[in-house]
Amino acid sequence: MSSTPTSSGSVSPQKILVLALIVLGLIAPFGIYPIFLMKGLCFALFAAAFNLLLGYVGLLSFGHAMFFGFSAYVTAHGAKEWGLTPELAVLAGVATAVVLGAFTGWLAIRRSGIYFAMVTLAFSQMMYFVAVQAPFTHGEDGIQGVPRGHLFGLIDLNSTLNMYYFVFALFVGALLIIHRIIHSPFGQVLKAIRDNEPRAISLGYEVERYKLLAFTLSAGLAGLAGSVKALVFQLASLADVHWHASGEVVLMTLLGGVGTVFGPTVGAFLVVAIQNYFSEVGSWVTIIQGVIFVFCVLLFRSGMVGVLTPWLKRRGIRG
Amino acid sequence: MMTIFGIPAQALFGQLLLGLINGAFYAMLSLGLALIFGLLNIINFSHGALYMMGAFVAWLLLTVLGAGYWTALVVAPLLVAVFGMIIERTMLCRLYKLDHLYGLLLTFGLALVIEGVFRQLYGISGMPYAVPKELAGGWNLGFMYLPIYRAWVVMASMVLCLGSWLLIEKTKLGAYLRAATENATLVQAFGINVPVMITLTYGFGVALAAIAGVLAAPIYSVNPLMGSNLIIVVFAVVVIGGMGSILGAIVTGFLLGLVEGLTKVFYPEAASTVIFVVMAIVLLIKPAGLFGKRS
Amino acid sequence: MITKRLLLGAAALALSAGAAQAQYSDNKVKIGVLTDLSGTYSDLAGSGSVEAAKMAVEDFGGKLNGIAIEVVSADHQNKADIASSVARKWYENEGVDAIFDLVTTAAAVAVREVSREKGKIDINSGAASTVLTNAQCSPTGFHWTYDTYALAVGTGNAVVKQGGDSWFFLTADYAFGHDLQAQTERVVKASGGKVLGAVKHPFPNADFSSFLLQAQSSGAKIIGLANAGSDTINAIKQAKEFGITQGGQKLAGMLVFLSDVHSLGLETAQGMQMTTGYYWDMDDSSRAFAKKFGERMKGKMPTMVQAGVYSSVMHYLKAAAAAKTDDGVKVADEMRKLPINDFFAKNGKLRADGRMVHDMFLVEVKKPSESKGPWDYYKVLRTIPGDEAYKPLAESACPALMKK
Repeated sequence: MSSTPTSSGSVSPQKILVLALIVLGLIAPFGIYPIFLMKGLCFALFAAAFNLLLGYVGLLSFGHAMFFGFSAYVTAHGAKEWGLTPELAVLAGVATAVVLGAFTGWLAIRRSGIYFAMVTLAFSQMMYFVAVQAPFTHGEDGIQGVPRGHLFGLIDLNSTLNMYYFVFALFVGALLIIHRIIHSPFGQVLKAIRDNEPRAISLGYEVERYKLLAFTLSAGLAGLAGSVKALVFQLASLADVHWHASGEVVLMTLLGGVGTVFGPTVGAFLVVAIQNYFSEVGSWVTIIQGVIFVFCVLLFRSGMVGVLTPWLKRRGIRG
Repeated sequence: MMTIFGIPAQALFGQLLLGLINGAFYAMLSLGLALIFGLLNIINFSHGALYMMGAFVAWLLLTVLGAGYWTALVVAPLLVAVFGMIIERTMLCRLYKLDHLYGLLLTFGLALVIEGVFRQLYGISGMPYAVPKELAGGWNLGFMYLPIYRAWVVMASMVLCLGSWLLIEKTKLGAYLRAATENATLVQAFGINVPVMITLTYGFGVALAAIAGVLAAPIYSVNPLMGSNLIIVVFAVVVIGGMGSILGAIVTGFLLGLVEGLTKVFYPEAASTVIFVVMAIVLLIKPAGLFGKRS
Repeated sequence: MITKRLLLGAAALALSAGAAQAQYSDNKVKIGVLTDLSGTYSDLAGSGSVEAAKMAVEDFGGKLNGIAIEVVSADHQNKADIASSVARKWYENEGVDAIFDLVTTAAAVAVREVSREKGKIDINSGAASTVLTNAQCSPTGFHWTYDTYALAVGTGNAVVKQGGDSWFFLTADYAFGHDLQAQTERVVKASGGKVLGAVKHPFPNADFSSFLLQAQSSGAKIIGLANAGSDTINAIKQAKEFGITQGGQKLAGMLVFLSDVHSLGLETAQGMQMTTGYYWDMDDSSRAFAKKFGERMKGKMPTMVQAGVYSSVMHYLKAAAAAKTDDGVKVADEMRKLPINDFFAKNGKLRADGRMVHDMFLVEVKKPSESKGPWDYYKVLRTIPGDEAYKPLAESACPALMKK
């Protein structure tokens, strides 16, 4: 948000933070269980894609699971039945999400607020029905035993570390894309629409086209997250198309902080960590999760990052 | 015998009647949800959990105190309403000026906690609850066997819905309520205690959910997750009817029961999806819902 | 009981002498119970399965050839990705040697993939699908308690023999429901019955009245419930409400657990027939286990899944002791060699495709007047010999078998 341009040579604190985080991401698999990290990254990407829509266009989608889950199916099917290489399988998944996003978005963006959320929920429920009915998804058993294959025919993704760096690279790349979108003139228009739609219209912007493009981009990125998840876990299942998954991504984003760059990532890791590390306390998980949501809504409404950033900034100014 | 699309007309009539009975539950639940949304501006995602609580409290009254169905029908909604009002006073009241989203999140979290606690205490597979003796048995209508209890459910629901509607549209109290929905500050200035009215409205909406729960106890498995899948359906009913429209919620509830009933005959697999198809179509054609006012 | 414990103790003593040569990774035998601790199946498996595994370890003596046995558990929330990641973490980082219970097929198959890759043992008690001993079989994977084939044979055959020769199915619209319906249809037709129709209902579904009416108008003598859990409970409850059972049609629950009957109550469930792999009130040994289980589980009696977890953990420990290693492939070979004789299975045997073949029981739910107290729910009508209940090995589509 700093408006002062940084002259070349001097490094802004933000850049240091980003670099530190990238280094952290690179060494993390040596300290933390890589599968957990990959799951966190997939959901973080999913949440970041969702946040692009909620945080920067002000549209709350309650149906993003259809992009996440359906891309996972397409990637899994492509890799397993058609023998696609991982990069092609992921591309196929993303393409599916983009097409699906363009179509549902074209219908959904005519509405706003809660009605927009409900239209997306409706489409997502229909896609869930398709996922239950279509033979290629194998019902609730899902597509299992998906081969990870060799990236570009060279790098063996069956090695956990290779897979991790592939996921991490995609994640960083996707976040960079999101960053570029937000700070581009296009992103400025999106924010203008979010803050005051009638004004944006009166300024001559074709608001619908901007919204549709943002929706499709968000759907595509959510699809990327789903596709990668299918490769990481070597399976695609109904749980990822269910409306609970749509709800989960809303929670992750809000926990971390809506409209912040790192918020969704923090929120996603938090939720995945709760599910993972509390799975041994069994049935208490959902209660703990519920209590955390209630507390967050009552106490830190701007999310973890939303609360921390001003605090860090204040310290930064003093320092 | 006359047939419609290969189904005997009489059998179809039976199916429609069943659809109407299911619609009775949707109507009661969506009425409460619409009331709460209208006045509190909160999308009460814990409605399903409160419905479950109604059924469970009825079961507890029976097993712990030996209190029967009729007592439960009165006491359980009161208890659950008190619980709801405590939540409103301690948590929800802090969110009124914020986006819908926060209310939705908080009540979603609450639903997780409530369902989790009941699961922790009573397990998942549910509890038996018998149909009260006075309503056991059924009538042979010729085209179908109608359990007396189902007839009672549909009657009770219609009376409740109609009563609530009259209360809101035709009485002075209802007028205050509607006025407060439009402009709370102004109503407050007239000397009406708006916060109390809000709390009572929330309690009333919750009580409706709990009554639906008690009515459901003899029909459906009384288990901690009985409301968790119902919530998005009821939510859809409210949106189709028009957010905040009382009459819309009631009529749409019954109507969608019928639509679902027909789907169960012609394309049973899609029975749980059809409501969302209807919702998408309605919202794309009539953005504010069937009965909603354009804002 | 006493002699058994003495024998076990003696065996442990004798074996501990050879512990020096025995090879146990990280000097520990660790078993994991991966199950549904919070969802739909948490009553029929869940914490009861974890407790059953702990009981087995305690009854075994807590040590194996002088080496500590440890039990860990986790909730897979019925999600395949969580199941697979927990299994991987357990095998890779936490030295778990074998995983038990694994209720629900999606989670079971996900864990089977990981176990096969790692050469570790998974013993399934909770999941129903025959896929585990066919397309998804593994040299180190076993299926212990029941499967859809056995349920279909047990209930289907018996019901047709009693004159229930025309069927209508209410089928949960997902892979498990379709599978169960197809297997039962095959049995019904083979024994001379006919299938008049079926309706696929969404899963989960609360109101069954419409489907029951369709079943009623079909005129079928038997309404087969190819679903599970709260769907089955709702269907049975409403069948009584709509006078279906009083009208002469009978219900056949294809997969009904003791916990479901407890939830329905005898008044509603009475007269229904089904197949089970274990019932607590069979003989002294089954009662003894149930009594101990009940003391630890607030008076609940074990379901067949929970009893199966105890039996499978015990058998695994015996095999691991005899093989003097926790190496998956070696223990699996030893498990196939040892016969299974406990309160759960009489002369049970493990086949090459991983199926544990044991007798199944056709039971009928008692009338309230016949029941002597809580949990006294079933009368056993027939013992179905294991070789009749389970799919013959020759028909198994297990790829591991094909190779041999």
